[in-house]
Amino acid sequence: MVKRFFERFYIGLILVFLYAPIIILIVLSFNSSKSRSKWGGFTLHWYKELFKNQSIMNALYTTLIIAFLSALIATIIGTAAAIAINSMKKTPRTIMIAITNIPMLNADIVTGISLMLLFVALRYTLGFTSVLISHITFNIPYVILSVMPKLKQLNPHTYEAALDLGASPVYAFFRVILPDIFPGVFTGFFLAFTMSLDDFVITHFTKGPSINTLSTKIYTEVRKGIKPEIYALSTLMFITVLLLLIIINRRSADKKEPVRRL
Amino acid sequence: MTDNKLINLVNITKSYNDNIVLDELNLYIRENEFLTLLGPSGCGKTTTLRIIGGFESPDHGQVIFEGRDITKMAPNERQLNTVFQKYALFNHLTIAENIAFGLKIKKKSKAYIDDKIKYALKLVNLEGFENRMPDSLSGGQQQRIAIARAIVNEPKVLLLDEPLGALDLKLRQDMQYELIRLKNELGITFVYVTHDQEEALTMSDTIVVMNQGYIQQIGTPEDIYNEPQNAFVADFIGESNILPSIMVEDKLVNILGTNFACVDTGFGHNKPVDVVIRPEDIDLVKPEDGIITGVVTSLLFKGVHYEMEVNAHGYDWLVHSTDLVPVGSEVGIFVDPFDIQIMNKPESEDEEAVELEL
Repeated sequence: MVKRFFERFYIGLILVFLYAPIIILIVLSFNSSKSRSKWGGFTLHWYKELFKNQSIMNALYTTLIIAFLSALIATIIGTAAAIAINSMKKTPRTIMIAITNIPMLNADIVTGISLMLLFVALRYTLGFTSVLISHITFNIPYVILSVMPKLKQLNPHTYEAALDLGASPVYAFFRVILPDIFPGVFTGFFLAFTMSLDDFVITHFTKGPSINTLSTKIYTEVRKGIKPEIYALSTLMFITVLLLLIIINRRSADKKEPVRRL
Repeated sequence: MTDNKLINLVNITKSYNDNIVLDELNLYIRENEFLTLLGPSGCGKTTTLRIIGGFESPDHGQVIFEGRDITKMAPNERQLNTVFQKYALFNHLTIAENIAFGLKIKKKSKAYIDDKIKYALKLVNLEGFENRMPDSLSGGQQQRIAIARAIVNEPKVLLLDEPLGALDLKLRQDMQYELIRLKNELGITFVYVTHDQEEALTMSDTIVVMNQGYIQQIGTPEDIYNEPQNAFVADFIGESNILPSIMVEDKLVNILGTNFACVDTGFGHNKPVDVVIRPEDIDLVKPEDGIITGVVTSLLFKGVHYEMEVNAHGYDWLVHSTDLVPVGSEVGIFVDPFDIQIMNKPESEDEEAVELEL
């Protein structure tokens, strides 16, 4: 019993340390007083202000567009890459997997600065497309990571069976391979979407002066002085990412695919 | 089976990274034949099948199908269908959709497809399974669906790659009868790959024994079993005693120092040969009636027979008999001249892999 209690207590303590700052943020976003130390009563005022703020809404729009497009393109490229890597011989495959894993472990700031230097060297104007390209770049490894295990589970003969029954390679891919690996592809898309929403550092270095995503917008606002709208915005971002992660985890927990067509 | 050659493999050579899998292989398959490629793993039998199916292309050599060279034709354009080792059903499609897969690609009408699905399911004894999903079926049932999916396309040849390998013994035996029945009902050619000699002997019209990329022997199951042409075939097909011997003269062979009468001629005088004697062809008799005598050294009960080892003239003779002879008894060994099979000794490695004139 005592042991049980301490176990629970310990976990509780960890969770408090992890989530207390975020809870304070969430509480403050509903505080009608502008003060950070005084509770002035519950209000949705800052949320209303937030949605009225045109520059924040622009940043939200940019963020969503970039997240969606970069996730979509990274999913296509990453899935194709995963299929190619999977069909390689053992040694080149191990090397390729290691190479694609490195960008994930690399410090964001290094990736960000190198991408910025690359764009500058190529005399490419920093803006929407440079951010998009950067996000695609760092998203591809996540897609490969989630598609790979599904490809490994694939019976190597199903593709051949489709060809054998008269399917062209393209038809066989879309009709036979893709449905089998789709859970992995879908997870990869969501993971990439989340990573893109979440990113600050790389965006900061590659965005140029003309556009802002939510995270870079918050950063500039905070430098001017913190307004409670930012608490509201941060709360919304936290909840969105949390929801996405829950979806991803639930999907990967469902080993048996419930999707069945009749 | 007719004499019409449906598939002709000409000088097929295939290697993976310097490792020669098939070396100048020549083989023809007749219309309506049940031909089995038999051999240990790595002998090239699956590669041969995959070359016929179009999933591998030979380094050189030709695949002739009905007189046409199809060596470079893609698998989806060939008029043959394959049943794969692990079924390879499409798990996200229903049984009916699995079976209809090939027909839909050929743009057949809905009525035709529905008809074919019914017919195929009836043929493999799985009527009413249309809306089931593949993973709700047992291994044997999945294998039947894989066969149904292949045969609705009315191929001239069905290629089967160890289709019964994953099934348990009882089911495997049932499926053997099923396959023979299917072949007779469909009247098409079966090319079957297996490493199981019993499966090959039961079902085939013709067995092709392969080892290390070479064909060792081609013949009917009876030929292969009763008259193996070399020690490899004798050893691989069933159990056997293989004894280095000397052919004294026609119809007389010296085995371990004793002369035995046999029926083979034309091996020359005093020439070293290998002799094969099947364990069930050895009769254990009273010591005075035997050609040689020995002592029983081990005894195992195998169900239908006893398996005994008899030490005689320095060799442990494997004997199958329904009569029990206790360990330690002295017995005579008698072999009927018809049951002694003489084989040429291989003189080089190339000759060991006998290449047959077709």
